[in-house]
Amino acid sequence: MDIIEHVGVPRYLHTDFPLGNPLGNPFDRDMQLSHTSMALELLRSASEANTIQRSPYSWDGDPGWRDDYSKVINENRAELAQAGEARRALQTEMKKLNPRQLIPDP
Amino acid sequence: MLNIQGFETIVNKTYDVPYMERTRLYYEAQGYSEPYLWAHFATTPFSALQKPLSESTVSLITTAMPDTEQGRSERKLYSSLSTPAPKTMYTLGLSWHDTVTHTRDTGSFLPIEPLLVVQDEGGIGSLAPRFHSVPTAYSQRQTLEEDAPELLERLQEDQADVALLVPL
Repeated sequence: MDIIEHVGVPRYLHTDFPLGNPLGNPFDRDMQLSHTSMALELLRSASEANTIQRSPYSWDGDPGWRDDYSKVINENRAELAQAGEARRALQTEMKKLNPRQLIPDP
Repeated sequence: MLNIQGFETIVNKTYDVPYMERTRLYYEAQGYSEPYLWAHFATTPFSALQKPLSESTVSLITTAMPDTEQGRSERKLYSSLSTPAPKTMYTLGLSWHDTVTHTRDTGSFLPIEPLLVVQDEGGIGSLAPRFHSVPTAYSQRQTLEEDAPELLERLQEDQADVALLVPL
């Protein structure tokens, strides 16, 4: 939500789910159809840019997922620093091989 | 209430994840000195629908790559047939939340089947014959000057009237 508000989009349906499942809970066909219908309705009804609506549905798993995302705590600081080093080394190497091949964000 | 780490400290478990702050701290912990600068519009573009949805061709854009040898090895713009809906897509390396969920159900991020249902009910004219995979490149220049114009061209070839962008 914060990213969308910053970037700016014509219309946005906010589904409050862990990243990876914007249509909702995996294998929940009814929810996926509802979210698709809501998005289409927003497409039809919005009259100005940055129109944002929220889905009423919620994640059926552990609500702690919000705290978990990209967590930086004392226990993982060394591991993250090491991963950053490894990533930069890989990036340098890959740029040499193919300048167009970009490594995904961490 | 958020503490300096951008994490919820008490009681209310349902809050909007502060993704920008988390990303900033995460990059910082990985030893990056410059924080990521998010692209943003000074004035966000907007187009009203030119015709009813029931007469419109709807195109779909995802950030997942095709689960093919090329899709798995190179993140770039791809166009794939919409039907039959792919059973798998390549999502490794995207920043989805892999400690709490999975992407084994393509329906959880690629709404081809629901759009076909809506099409059968007459809610949209049709689903475009192909959908498009866009790379989440770090380079804004690459996105703005290369990928976006090429994507627009492909959408026009598809005679798409509207596009749904469903990023992971």
